[in-house]
Amino acid sequence: MSNKINEFQILNANDTELMRISQEGTLSLNLNEMKTIQSHFAALQRNPTDVELETIAQTWSEHCVHKTFKSLIRYTEHGKETELIDGLFPTYIQRATEEIDKPWCVSVFSDNAGIIEFDEKYNLVFKVETHNHPSAIEPYGGAGTGIGGVIRDSLGTGLGAKPILNTDIFCFGLPNTPYDNLPKGTLHPKRVFKGVVAGVRDYGNRMGIPTANGAILFDTRYTANPLVFCGNVGIIPIDRCEKSVQPGDLIVAVGGRTGRDGIHGATFSSAELDDTSENLGSVVQIGNPIMEKKIVDALLQARDQNLYRSITDCGAGGFSSAVGEMGEETGAEVHLERVPLKYEGLAPWEIWLSEAQERMVIAVPPENLEELMQICEAEIVEATVLGNFTDTHRLQVFYQDSVVADLDMNFLHKGIPQHVKNATWQPPQHKEMQSRDSKTDNYNQDMLKLLASPNIVSKESVIRQYDHEVQGGIVIKPLVGVENDGPSDACVTTPIIGSEKAVIVANGINPKYSDVDPYLSAASAIDEALRNIIAVGGSIEKTALLDNFCWGNPDKPDRLGELVRAAKACYDIATAYGTPFISGKDSLYNEYRDTTTGEQRAIPSTLLISAICVMPDINKAITMDVKSPENLIYVVGNSYAELGGSHYFGIHGYIGNTAPAVRPSEGKHLFDKLSSAINNGCVRSCHDCSEGGIAVAAAEMAFSGGYGMTLNLKKVPTGEDIPFDDFLLFSESNSRFLVEVELQNKDAFEKHMSDVPIGCLGTVTDTNEFAIDGLTGKTVIDTTIENLKSAWQTPLDS
Amino acid sequence: MIPRVLILRTAGTNCDEETDIAFQLAGADTNLVHIQNLISGQTDLSEYQILAIPGGFSYGDDIAAGILLAVEMKHKLKDALDQFVADKKLIIGICNGFQVLVRTGLLPGISQNSQGDNDESTQRSTLAMNTSAKFECRWVELETQQSPCIFTKDIKQHLYLPVAHAEGRFTAPTDVLKQLESNKQVVLRYTNGSQLTSDNTDYPHNPNGSDDDIAGICDTSGRIFGLMPHPERFLTKWNHPRWTREELPDEGDGLAIFNNAVNYVRANLP
Repeated sequence: MSNKINEFQILNANDTELMRISQEGTLSLNLNEMKTIQSHFAALQRNPTDVELETIAQTWSEHCVHKTFKSLIRYTEHGKETELIDGLFPTYIQRATEEIDKPWCVSVFSDNAGIIEFDEKYNLVFKVETHNHPSAIEPYGGAGTGIGGVIRDSLGTGLGAKPILNTDIFCFGLPNTPYDNLPKGTLHPKRVFKGVVAGVRDYGNRMGIPTANGAILFDTRYTANPLVFCGNVGIIPIDRCEKSVQPGDLIVAVGGRTGRDGIHGATFSSAELDDTSENLGSVVQIGNPIMEKKIVDALLQARDQNLYRSITDCGAGGFSSAVGEMGEETGAEVHLERVPLKYEGLAPWEIWLSEAQERMVIAVPPENLEELMQICEAEIVEATVLGNFTDTHRLQVFYQDSVVADLDMNFLHKGIPQHVKNATWQPPQHKEMQSRDSKTDNYNQDMLKLLASPNIVSKESVIRQYDHEVQGGIVIKPLVGVENDGPSDACVTTPIIGSEKAVIVANGINPKYSDVDPYLSAASAIDEALRNIIAVGGSIEKTALLDNFCWGNPDKPDRLGELVRAAKACYDIATAYGTPFISGKDSLYNEYRDTTTGEQRAIPSTLLISAICVMPDINKAITMDVKSPENLIYVVGNSYAELGGSHYFGIHGYIGNTAPAVRPSEGKHLFDKLSSAINNGCVRSCHDCSEGGIAVAAAEMAFSGGYGMTLNLKKVPTGEDIPFDDFLLFSESNSRFLVEVELQNKDAFEKHMSDVPIGCLGTVTDTNEFAIDGLTGKTVIDTTIENLKSAWQTPLDS
Repeated sequence: MIPRVLILRTAGTNCDEETDIAFQLAGADTNLVHIQNLISGQTDLSEYQILAIPGGFSYGDDIAAGILLAVEMKHKLKDALDQFVADKKLIIGICNGFQVLVRTGLLPGISQNSQGDNDESTQRSTLAMNTSAKFECRWVELETQQSPCIFTKDIKQHLYLPVAHAEGRFTAPTDVLKQLESNKQVVLRYTNGSQLTSDNTDYPHNPNGSDDDIAGICDTSGRIFGLMPHPERFLTKWNHPRWTREELPDEGDGLAIFNNAVNYVRANLP
């Protein structure tokens, strides 16, 4: 019978048996954790019930508690002494935010999303989540519930924020992967791509939230482990940012019914995938965006009427996590037989753990219940009292009058033993690529190939499937330019229609540099996200960051070593730029194992940095498309011979060894100066130099604006001697921009940038010709904007 | 008198707030009302002069776009709606709201077809899946047609507005299209921007493959108007995708449609 309460026989189990119990139950608990649980229950002289052990497993899962980021790490870097790191998160992420200490950070790392100030009435919340494992198995459902989940994070922050913007970043295998090369049991990247885009589209569009920022990257190592990052920005009244549960408050579940969907999601996502994972269908949830829209409609009304004191979403771990977290400081009593079910026959632990979507839990003072119920009824949303918060500091769960769990809150939340892990890092050695100047007449073909490469090519076919206009606030769109099809650096939205105060959202992600050094990859991701903010008119002074780490198995010292490198960069660069982290998440174990051959694949170490900036005056915003002939084109920032992990090396089959570094003292000064020049109206258009370097940035600006360009590489400012045209064209050095300046503003612009390396490369022309002269005076690129654009618009799935 | 606008909400409505703002900018007194409140009698439709059915995915667009809300309106609000129309009040349906109006038969509201069917509430046309077979969000050029439509009276000949839909291909039997033409019920057509008369405008200028490039229609009185493009998403110049490169008036093209409605009520309704 499914209603029976089982005990896990752990009291007398030996190590082997303990691990068998963990594995067979998809609990993802290691031996040390199982033994800690064993001794806790030994003191109580009883075995844990299934509900209890499952609750502990969810609460202690990597997904929920981020134990790798809190573990004690013995880190050895090649040729250096071993370093002891007491938690990557406190040491590098949290400490950076504390030291930066921005007064406009309202709530960081404590709630479901970070909160920063916006204007005199509202704050902003921002959260980015991943939904990688589910999207690998069931792309449509996995991605849809990914966006659904992160929207609930905004709704579950403070007393509930109104969602105003979605951002989505995907990493897939190559669309042209031959079917024979697919790892066993994995879906083809095209199938994953299509499903993920459709999932995000259908959920985001139905919720009426604009999806206006994102990125799509491709690498063969993402084939078995695609990455799906979903982010949401919300807006919340200043006096609704705090929550507190009081004993006696009713535990009310609002939204969808509970079924067997998504059981073990938290623990499943804390393990590697293998060629049998596709059989685990029940760990992927089913989304219903209209249900979620109704919840938002109802709860925001209830919020404004002050009807509840706390709120959180049912995400990973379902009710067990939601109620467990809300009642951590008080205690809670829950009656599982009251939970509305989709169908009969669920065991108590299944009800308790189900990750059925579109459910929120709120703490309602009894006197407000009736009013809350009226609102829910009017919005056709089900709301059910499941129990109440207590002052017992215990999590007590009942099913039809029998106790199915009685756990000490302190043990549940604080009992997890700290992990001790080893990490090593050794710089890899790749074959170096030489300049091809002596081998080629010009770089026309390289240029076209770069523009048509999957990571650079236009994503318009995807972007147009998202509603990026709903709510009427998006003022710098994802596609810009004379034909509305150029690649915008960032999106800008005005959450209050009619107000000139705006929010900029951008991202940076450079997994290819991880092949050289994850430190440089992470540093570059921060620099890129900030460049994108600057390029549309923002300033780093009012910018906050989110970190999302997607890594391989951190139990392997080399993977963890890469994570240490990246975390160190986060601290160094964020503090140097003064841009605090306000929220973050990690998704580890993104590895695939073939159970027959034992073959193991990890994703490239991938850090997504999302940036959010408050912009005081929308009138100062600019876009990346060139505006008129005869205007001057400048490059801002020094170039270096940094082509390691670049797209140029990539199209020639090389990785190289010198990835772009971030020189934050130069970068910060440059960012500040350029922001001020833009804010003073000296700049007509601005584009950051990233994938494909100066050459690709210039081409994108030209064809988006519908004008030609004549440029000369001799004027490119460099931080070291670069005697090669191709390196100048395609180096991906950080902290660089191309800007368009009107002749009449030449002096003002140069004065603004007086102590910043800049070079005037040439002009915008009233033709369709795009030409770049090299160091010797020879024309190294000579083509038309139509050719460039048509390469860039190569269909993604061809 | 300040004209009163009822903005109808239900599960899945999502353009209600910007529609609300548009009418407020036009000087109206607005209320967002859930259809449950109309059905229960808590809100009285007759106290309003304009009914707006905003965009979104009412009831998830299950079965087909707008159909469930249309059925609900036809069966649970029939008397109130009939009276509203009889009182010569205004109705606008935008995107999902247009889909609803078409499925209720309120649009095009033609009372006779070749089969001799005389019921005005029979559906004569539909908004089918886009020919591109997917949801698309893009700005489109529109040409205002000669029509009795109150909402587009004296409006600019060329409008620029965004569309965002998967089911927006207006299609109807040839005889219905002919009647729409002869009654001057076609209010807006997609155009490629350069031609003054737009025969067979190509994708993506006609973003969904609509018959005769039809983007919006009205009933024969001109008081009921439905359109796929979103006028409420172009209220200020910052909504325009090229405001950073073009000289534009502060006011967006969409606002005139709401102004017209509010002004009409002021001048013509008690």
